[in-house]
Amino acid sequence: MRIVVASGKGGTGKTLVTASLAQVWDGPVGAVDLDVEEPNLHLFLEPDIWLCEEARMEVPEADESLCTHCRACAEICQFKAISVLGEVLLTFPEMCHGCGGCLAVCPENALKPSSRLLGEICFGRAGDISFLMGRLRVGEAMSPPLIRAVKKAVQNFPPEIRSGDVLFDAPPGVSCPAVNAVMDADAAVLVTEPTPFGFHDLKLAVEAFRPLGCPLGLVINKAGLGNLAVYDFAVAEGLPVLTEIPYDRHIAEAYSQGKTAAQALPEMRALFRELAARVKDLARPAPGERRYA
Amino acid sequence: MHEVLIISGKGGTGKTTLTAAFAHLASNHVICDLDVDAPDMHLLLAPDVQASHDFISGNKAEIDPDKCTNCGLCLDHCRFEAVEQRGDVAWIDPLKCEGCKVCVHFCPTEAIAFPENHCGSWYVSNTRFGTLVHARLFPGQENSGRLVDLLRRQARELAEAGGKTLILSDGPPGLGCPVISSLSGVNLAVVVTEPTPSGVHDLGRVVELCRHFRADAGVIVNKYDLNIERTEEIEAYCREENLPVFARLAHDTIMTEAMVQGLAVTEFSTGPLSASIRQAWTRIESSLSSEEKQSKQTVGGAI
Amino acid sequence: MSRIAVSSEGPGLDERVDPRFGRAAGFVLVDPETMEHEYLDNGASQARSQGAGIQAAEMVARAGVKTVLTGFVGPKAFQALSAARIEVGQNLEGLTVREAIEQYKQGRVAVADRPNR
Repeated sequence: MRIVVASGKGGTGKTLVTASLAQVWDGPVGAVDLDVEEPNLHLFLEPDIWLCEEARMEVPEADESLCTHCRACAEICQFKAISVLGEVLLTFPEMCHGCGGCLAVCPENALKPSSRLLGEICFGRAGDISFLMGRLRVGEAMSPPLIRAVKKAVQNFPPEIRSGDVLFDAPPGVSCPAVNAVMDADAAVLVTEPTPFGFHDLKLAVEAFRPLGCPLGLVINKAGLGNLAVYDFAVAEGLPVLTEIPYDRHIAEAYSQGKTAAQALPEMRALFRELAARVKDLARPAPGERRYA
Repeated sequence: MHEVLIISGKGGTGKTTLTAAFAHLASNHVICDLDVDAPDMHLLLAPDVQASHDFISGNKAEIDPDKCTNCGLCLDHCRFEAVEQRGDVAWIDPLKCEGCKVCVHFCPTEAIAFPENHCGSWYVSNTRFGTLVHARLFPGQENSGRLVDLLRRQARELAEAGGKTLILSDGPPGLGCPVISSLSGVNLAVVVTEPTPSGVHDLGRVVELCRHFRADAGVIVNKYDLNIERTEEIEAYCREENLPVFARLAHDTIMTEAMVQGLAVTEFSTGPLSASIRQAWTRIESSLSSEEKQSKQTVGGAI
Repeated sequence: MSRIAVSSEGPGLDERVDPRFGRAAGFVLVDPETMEHEYLDNGASQARSQGAGIQAAEMVARAGVKTVLTGFVGPKAFQALSAARIEVGQNLEGLTVREAIEQYKQGRVAVADRPNR
């Protein structure tokens, strides 16, 4: 099962939840960090990284000697990644979205596929956890191509994980990168906090992810802070509250030391094991009703 | 006129809460919420919207089912898996459509339209702290930075028209296009960090990005008392890199209490956290005025 | 003499130089000898989420200018202008269009060999 942990707002505890779930999961599990702009899952799981490879995407390369400056490529390109200025054919690889349009329309075969660097993809292991992350190179503007590449790289996990359970730590927010991460999941766990910002961004997250069609469940982190609006919303929207993590300074301090809640406090291990069971129920196509907290 | 941007790399460090407090303390300014993906400033500023506009950017391909002959060419060409077969016609998933126009070009029956994409809205509003320029992208849209750019331009125009001397912006999270768009040409980026592994790790990447785009940077360490050791690590890094530390702020639930009341911390309380925030703002202001004294360049590129 | 394109906040010679090349409001195209001028609106470039600079470069290249005077030029726009053999004078924000042309005519504008942004 593919479970994505997401949230509208950053800093609600997505990584904390993903890491803790991975650590208490019964049996082998995959843990994938899709927050390629700011990956931090590895800081908590501390995997032994056994391979890092470049992630590249296809861009056109021009052979000027064959170019007749007909401008067919510049006309189809929606992204200004290829242009004819005067008598010179110019490509701007960092603007390219990899659509292949210019390659398809060039009548002179003057363009051939080349590649540009997006960042890196790294594989690792932490006990029973198979780990995978992507890291965008600083200055690279687009994260969806790397997010897609990391999702594909899950194919390289050991077979029992590939056909078993994989947890994904999504990027925060609700725009293109987050939606790319949640797409095709079996379930999405939305982590929120019961503060006005958390509640507001949860509403955005539900608006963004509901159309993707997978079951949604809530984890309310820092419960006890803020107010109760989030709970009323959950009931009104039919969103199961899978668990509440109480607001506790000790959890925050443990987190600042790189420890997950599951590592720092014994009662948290039990809470996350319970959460793991409920997450599996959420993802399983069930004929019965959803349970409300 | 100065432009100050509050960013954080990682989300949840307190960027928006601090920007609201600075908006309360500053004078003669225009406020900008550049986090168009998940904007939150309006929850504290209670904007009275004066003008609202559609934001149109890029295009999406749409198949007319009456003209589609199900030849499958669009499916063959699409590199983004956006085309699906539905019954005996093809359909394009707008969430996956990249707007590249390849299918439009190759469709033999011209069955594919390419309308402009209405991806969000932007607003100019009045608030008790001054004019606020803000926006919202609809969910799933490409957050390319163009909307950020548009908001900044609006803010600049309003500031010039109104004789304001400061643009104060709540920046987007992350390191991608939106942050890049918010950074170029900014006088000072205030980076809000926290003494956690993610906070330390991301601070380095954010500072690198600021340098890449030639913005001066300074740091605020929020929730410093959660981990004094890491705070000192951060401060040592700042000294090495010549980055001013504008404040160390203690972790205080009063931040949330103020938020629940819809108020900036400095409005809500006069306690120690508010005092630290006021001090931070004073330091930021004097950093801006000393930068002004330093850069008295001759105008133009004359030799 | 070939025309000069000055990035501008509006259509007249006394408008201020728009500091940004790619997202300038428009360009005043000036014949430096006669000071006859016309205005090219740059809305199409401003409308782009990315590639505004390249679009603006294409537009001034098509208008047949040989010199651009502006404030800041990004690396991609600079590359495009160089490919079109258009010389670039940078750092002229703060002047009016007229003043920028005068400085150029007096030989006081350095031809840039690299982008300044």
